[in-house]
Parts: sequence; C-alpha cells; structure tokens
Amino acid sequence: MAAVAPGAAAQPSPSSTQVLEVANLQTYFYTRGGLVKAVDGVSFSLVRGETLAIVGESGCGKSVTALSLMRLVADPPGRIVGGSLRLGSTDLLRLDEAAMRDIRGNRIAMIFQEPMTSLNPVMTIARQISEALMLHQNLSRGAALVRSIEMLHLVGIPEPAQRAKEYPHQLSGGMRQRAMIAMAVACNPEVLIADEPTSALDVTIQAQILEVIAKLRRELGTALILITHDLGIVAETAERVIVMYAGRKVEEAAVGRLFARPLHPYTSGLIHSIPRLALMRRESGPADGRLLEIPGMVPALSNLPPGCSFAPRCAHASELCRREYPPYEEKRPGQWAACWHPVVGDSGG
Amino acid sequence: MGAYLVRRSFLMVLTLFGMSVLIFVMLRLVPGNITDIIFDSAGFVNEKQKKKIEQQLGLDKPIVTQYANWIAGLAKGDLGYAYVSEKPAIDEILPRIPVTAKLAVLALVFSVLFGVPLGVISAVRQNTALDYCLRVVSLSGLSLPSFWLGLLILMAFVQWFGWIPIYQSDPGSLWKEIALLSIPAAAVGFRSSALLMRLTRSSMLEVLRQDYIRTARAKGASDQVVNYDHGLRNAMLPVVTIIGVEAAFLIGGLIVTETVFNIPGVARFLVEAIRWRDYPIVQNLVMFIAIVVVVVNFLVDMTYAMLDPRIRYES
Ligand SMILES: Nc1ncnc2c1ncn2[C@@H]1O[C@H](COP(=O)(O)OP(=O)(O)OP(=O)(O)O)[C@@H](O)[C@H]1O
Ligand SMILES: [Mg+2]
Repeated sequence: MAAVAPGAAAQPSPSSTQVLEVANLQTYFYTRGGLVKAVDGVSFSLVRGETLAIVGESGCGKSVTALSLMRLVADPPGRIVGGSLRLGSTDLLRLDEAAMRDIRGNRIAMIFQEPMTSLNPVMTIARQISEALMLHQNLSRGAALVRSIEMLHLVGIPEPAQRAKEYPHQLSGGMRQRAMIAMAVACNPEVLIADEPTSALDVTIQAQILEVIAKLRRELGTALILITHDLGIVAETAERVIVMYAGRKVEEAAVGRLFARPLHPYTSGLIHSIPRLALMRRESGPADGRLLEIPGMVPALSNLPPGCSFAPRCAHASELCRREYPPYEEKRPGQWAACWHPVVGDSGG
Repeated sequence: MGAYLVRRSFLMVLTLFGMSVLIFVMLRLVPGNITDIIFDSAGFVNEKQKKKIEQQLGLDKPIVTQYANWIAGLAKGDLGYAYVSEKPAIDEILPRIPVTAKLAVLALVFSVLFGVPLGVISAVRQNTALDYCLRVVSLSGLSLPSFWLGLLILMAFVQWFGWIPIYQSDPGSLWKEIALLSIPAAAVGFRSSALLMRLTRSSMLEVLRQDYIRTARAKGASDQVVNYDHGLRNAMLPVVTIIGVEAAFLIGGLIVTETVFNIPGVARFLVEAIRWRDYPIVQNLVMFIAIVVVVVNFLVDMTYAMLDPRIRYES
C-alpha cells in the first residue's frame, strides 16, 4: 500500500491517531449505458481532528466517494467492487449490514448538501436528532430530547428548546443546515463528512455554517472530510486537499503547497479559475461560473479515453498521455500527483 | 390547527349548500315529473287530473319556493312524503341505510386493508417476483368492472357450491350478515384496492428516493425504521386523499352491486326513485350521500393535517 496516506508524511502524528484509511477504493455503477467507474482506485487517510478537502468538477465522483465511506451507495446500480475502508481498527467493507448500521451516524456521520430536502418534513427536529442518539447511545426518549436541545444550542440555533419542537419547514435554510449538523455530530463521530454543506445556501450564511463546522471539529476533535467546489473555502478551512478527476485522485498535498505550486495541469487550471470567477460573474457569463479556465468537458465516465483522462483537455498532453495512464507518485516531498508532465516552477497563487 | 379546523368547517357548510342547490336544480332539469311518468305508463293523459296531482305535490309552485320549502323541511327534520309509496320519505330511506352503510364500510375496509399494505410491500420489494405478481393482479383489478366481477363470483358459487349467498333481510347475527356482505363488498372494493395498491406503491417509491431517506440511513436507522417510520408516513399523504375520493366513487359501484347481489339497500332504491321522479326520495337521499361524502372528505383532510405539519401550521 505504497500509495496510501501520502499526506501522513506531512503530519507529525504517528499512525495511532489515524482514524480513517481508504485504500484503492473502487465504486462502480452498472448502468444501461455501461459500466461507470465513478470512483476508481482512490486512496487517502485521515488523522484525528484534521480537515481534508476533496475538490473537483461536477461528476468527478466526490459524492460517490463520500457515500462509499458510509456504504450508502445505492445498490443496484452501484457497488463497491474493490479496496478497503478502515475506520480505526474496523474494516468497514467486511462488516455485515447490521454492524455497519452501528457505525453510521455514530462513528462516521454525514452532512448533505440540500438542507431543504435532507430533513424529514413530517418529523420534528428534536425527533430527528434524537433518533441517532437513541439508536447509538441507548438514551431514553427524554434524555435524547435534552441532548438534542443541547446539540441545537451547540450549533448556534437560538431558542433551541422551542426550535426542537418545530418541523423543518418552519426553519430557514441556514437553520436547517445547522440542525443537520447537530444531527450529524450528535453521537460525536470520529469522521464527519460534509458534502458541499454550503452550496445551497446564501453567501452570507455560508460563512456562518462553515464556522459552526470548524468550531465543532475543534471542540470534538472530529476529523472532517469537506467536499466542495469552492477553492476559497478549501483555502480557509482545510489542511490537506485531494483533487479528483473522472473518478480518480490526480493530486494530493497540503493546502498551502497545492495552491502555491500545483503539479497537475488540472489542479493548476482549477486554481487559476478562482480570480476570474468574480470577474466572470460580473460580466454576462454563466451564473455558475466555476472552472471556466479549463476548456472542454469532463469525459463520460462510462467511456474514458485509454490514457490520462484529462489529456483531451490538457495543453501539455503528449502522445504518452493519450496512451498510458500516468503513475501516481510523490513528485515533491509531501506532494503527490498522477501526471506525465507535471507543471514545474509555476506559482499559482 | 384550530384556525384550520374552523376554516375547513365553514367550507364544508358552504359546499353542502352548493350541493343542495345543484341536486335540486338538476333533478328538475331531468325531463318529466312523476305525473308524466304515471300517465305515460297509463297510456293516456288527463290534463285536469295531472294539474290536480301536481298541485297536491306542490310541483306547480315556482322552483325557488319549492327549494325553500325543501330546505325549511330539512331544517325541521321533515323530509316530506314519498310520491310513490306515499309514506314519509324518512321511513323509506332510513331502514335501507344500514345495509348499504355496512356494505360501503366493508368495501372501503377491504380496499384499504389490501391496497395499502400490498402497495408498501410491492414498493419495498421493488422488481422482485412478488412485486410483479402484485402489479399484474392490481392491473386486472383496475380493468375489471365491479358488476362483472360480482357476476363472476356468483357464477363461481353456483358452479362449485351449487348455492348463492343471497342476502336475507334478517340474516340472524351481525357476523352472518358481514359474512354475507363481504362477497359483494370484495367485488366493489377490489377495484379501489387495486387503485390504492398502485398509488401506495408509486408514492412509496417516490418517497424512498428522497434525500431525507438517505439522511435516515446515514443515521444508522434500520430498513424497518427507514421504510415505515420515515417512508410510509410521507408516502401516506397522497394515499389518504385518494381514499377519500374512492369512498365517494364506491357509492357508484354499490348501485350496480346491490342490483347484482339483490341487496335491499339505499343505492338500488335510489335508481328506482329516479325512474319515478320521486323527488322527495331522490333529493333527500342524494343530499344524504353528499353529506356523507363531504364528511368523509373532511375527515380525510383532518387526517392529512395530522400527518403533515406543513398543512397544520399554515398560518
Ligand atoms: N445512482 C447512480 N447511477 C448511475 N451513475 C451514478 C449514480 N450516482 C452517481 N453516478 C455517477 O457517478 C459519477 C460521480 O457522481 P458524484 O455524484 O460522485 O459526482 P460529484 O463529484 O459529487 O459531483 P457534484 O459536484 O455535481 O456533486 C457521475 O458521473 C454519475 O454519473
Ligand atoms: Mg456531489
């Protein structure tokens, strides 16, 4: 497992504080249109309390990676076909469904993108938070309610006792996302996955929500996997970044290093698109102006080119790129990439 | 919830008023009145005699006066006299209600008891052999008219038992009566159970795709909890509405079934009364049915509000 935990080199902590280890994860979808390798050989690890960001364009497999960690990929059509997921000393892929249920919401929890639709409309907020507590901590209904209200307080919801009795539709989007966070961290998970937790929210609310997540992570010592499109958020929140392209990890490094000297042309493209973003928005460009810098489209995952999947869009692509997939290697200390012609001497940021 | 209840009750009264006007006017729009029918069957027309009968029955008065008289009577509990039997209309209607009510309730219970759970099972076991079987059966239920199914059942009884479950006016015990009525009730309820099954299934499938179901799974909830606690309650919302609508439709099915199974209920009696333009019977009976339907829908809306906080907390 040479490719595993490259970031760990940059971390002073020994592997005993390592909470999650993902090795060569492969999650495929068996669809009518063919085999979709949504996640293909992704590896990374996570130490206690750290924040790892996963970035990449829409459809590159970020959410499927997250759902795979929870073993919540819809089967059919999806299936985890290879790799291993170790949470502490537990091999998640070997657990039966009942044992996995004990892990979900308890040791790994997840915050979803859409606070509007991710809460059950016919259940009170308290009941939805209590559910996890009653399942995993054997609390009575009353004790779980008390704890739920504490959690709502912790995520900064005013009048938590009152709010607890309300239904999702009575809360604003930001409040719902706070409730969602309260629900996810109720059992004090070792790993918290936040899949674009703020992209459905107003810009003003986004910062508050991120602050709540960051605060909880500090206080609870939870390791955080933050999935986002927004490199600005990554720069502010994360310590380490994984860049995904077409189901594969193409680069990984500490945040500062990645932003300063990206290796993969794709990463470089992502970073260079940030300053332009504001500009493009002010002009008549598409409202969702992410990644305008990179020409071309993400290839269909069911029909990837034989070599590097980024080659068709890459300015540096050579014959070799189109023929063979590049090995994933440590190009600089603590910085790994899969590219035949990594960007050198560039200072992106 | 209080405000909602008040508003809803007010609406109910308004609906009933509108219904009463509609019933009254439509009944009079049907060509001919009882005198026409009588003389038609007698084969001659005696104008003087006809006028006299019309006068006696108050059919010569302006329609507004007739309507006012009817409503005034209703308010006092006086339904008038049946034209044909010349007995008080209430004495003709009331004794026939219990058997029809039992039949209707049985049919509804049958359709809900089969339709909803089978729909849930079908959805939870989507694309299994069981699901396919249930879907085929429900499709046949939708395409089978209740009178045809009733006839088939009767023929089956004759064929295999040499005996037909005839409804007797005094069946002995309530259980015997229910047993006798359950066959026609099944014939009527089969169609709506098929409809409910399909609706429950699609509603359930729709709900199970929702984000909050994934959230529930992410919390570590079991399949049971996810499907029934989180899923079913949401999936029941459209189903409850349709149960209300089906309750109204059922009455239509009863008319035919009461005829096929020779049950002396209200539905068959109504058809007879319409033939004779027996206004006091028809308008009061239809009004009664309208009240039942409106009340059922009211109960359905209340159930809906109880299930769905988004309705309950509407300002
Ligand atoms: N249920 C499914 N059936 C078939 N294919 C799927 C399914 N779910 C995801 N995929 C495929 O997996 C790929 C990765 O999807 P994923 O949702 O992980 O993207 P993402 O990186 O999270 O994108 P976004 O930024 O838009 O959320 C997509 O190309 C999609 O086609
Ligand atoms: Mg996603």
